[in-house]
Amino acid sequence: MGEEVKVFGFWSSPYTLRAVLALRLKGVPYEYVEENVLGNKSPLLLKYNPIHKKVPVLLHNGKPIVESLVILEYIDEIWKSKPILPKHPYDKAMARFWAKFFDDKCMPAVWKPFWCPEDEREKAVEEACQCLKTLETALNGKRFFGGEEIGLVDIAANFVGFFLRTMQEVTGLELLSAEKFPHLFKWTDEFVNHSVVKENLPPRDKQLEFNRVIIAKYEAGEIKA
Amino acid sequence: MAGHGNGNGEEVKLLGIWFSPYVRRVVWALELKGIDYEWVELSFRDPKNRSRSLLEHNPVLKRVPVLVHRGRPVVESLVIVEYIDETWRNNPVLPLDPYERAVARFWANFVDQKITEVLIKLLSLTDKTQMEEEAKQASKALEIVDRELKAKGKKFFGGETIGLVDIALSIVTNWMEAIEEVLDVRIFDSRTHPLIAQWKTNFVEFVRHNLPPKDGLLRFYRRYHQSKIASVAPSRL
Repeated sequence: MGEEVKVFGFWSSPYTLRAVLALRLKGVPYEYVEENVLGNKSPLLLKYNPIHKKVPVLLHNGKPIVESLVILEYIDEIWKSKPILPKHPYDKAMARFWAKFFDDKCMPAVWKPFWCPEDEREKAVEEACQCLKTLETALNGKRFFGGEEIGLVDIAANFVGFFLRTMQEVTGLELLSAEKFPHLFKWTDEFVNHSVVKENLPPRDKQLEFNRVIIAKYEAGEIKA
Repeated sequence: MAGHGNGNGEEVKLLGIWFSPYVRRVVWALELKGIDYEWVELSFRDPKNRSRSLLEHNPVLKRVPVLVHRGRPVVESLVIVEYIDETWRNNPVLPLDPYERAVARFWANFVDQKITEVLIKLLSLTDKTQMEEEAKQASKALEIVDRELKAKGKKFFGGETIGLVDIALSIVTNWMEAIEEVLDVRIFDSRTHPLIAQWKTNFVEFVRHNLPPKDGLLRFYRRYHQSKIASVAPSRL
């Protein structure tokens, strides 16, 4: 019984990475289709995600699923090995809360200091650190947010897990440090060294270069936040 | 019904406030499944108690609704609704099929991002042009939802009974009507959103008018909006 699984994504997108990590963790074979999000959207992308016109899109037996957190829940419900959501409804609710918190509050807050105007930076840094502090507390000394193994929240938080430190390296702006957030910092090492994660991260040098390109585009006003 | 909190032998408490659309979602989910719960109003008239309760039960976001079940808090309205659905399996609010669940979650998120949050935001805006622009976007989003409802061909997104998407879409009933009136903006139009028009009637009937009274919302939103206008420096008006 052939199952057609396709992912439309962008190599440097933390949202695409969510879908990729979940599928790889569960050993699900899939075809990957690269979309150039900085250029024209492909007709297929527009067909499968007409409303948001964004990656990632998961195509399963011809049916599209969009929105990265919705995709993660779908993947977990279809492929039952290596669950990324906890079993008990309460623990599930906690995981969903943290994943949503990450998307609603952390992503915008942690990303902002790198591109905002100079006079807004101090406040942006403060808000970013507030989020990181909350994440540090949420981690509660565990190895991963998911416990002994990575779960929904770790996968959702991959921007802090991997991308953030590459942005820090390129800009010299340090939000997350071992001194300020020891557990969270350690978590980023555990995350990028995880056997499945490390095989599927964007190549570091390529990411660093891409960061420079993106920052330049923001500064030139070519892209908005 | 709100009672002694004996959710079939378990302690269920809902911390909320009468006007909140997010809190009301949880009420409907509980009532749909016949779960007994204790209602705790965290009124602004008792700020100390409200503050303390929120700090204890929702330290991260400090807001209602909070569902407390067996002493443990669950927060964020749609997270709570899914929790309720998984804990009490009768009268499901989400479909059983994984693909249909993904579709429901997608639409619930769409409604919240493009309609619910925009409507709430409108109340804080003081610039009329900005308000009209945001209202226009919300109206367009409602058109998309109207088309989806048409394609579905059922009474509700949940079929014959309300589901996750309907619960999110509830904002277009008393709340949206009150906001439109207070701000003198138009989002809903029965000609542009014909199926939503019918859906509203069906929804209100289904939840047996368990909604904050419109005149109460009008008063509350009017006061709220006035306070926003008053806080804008005169030279910027």
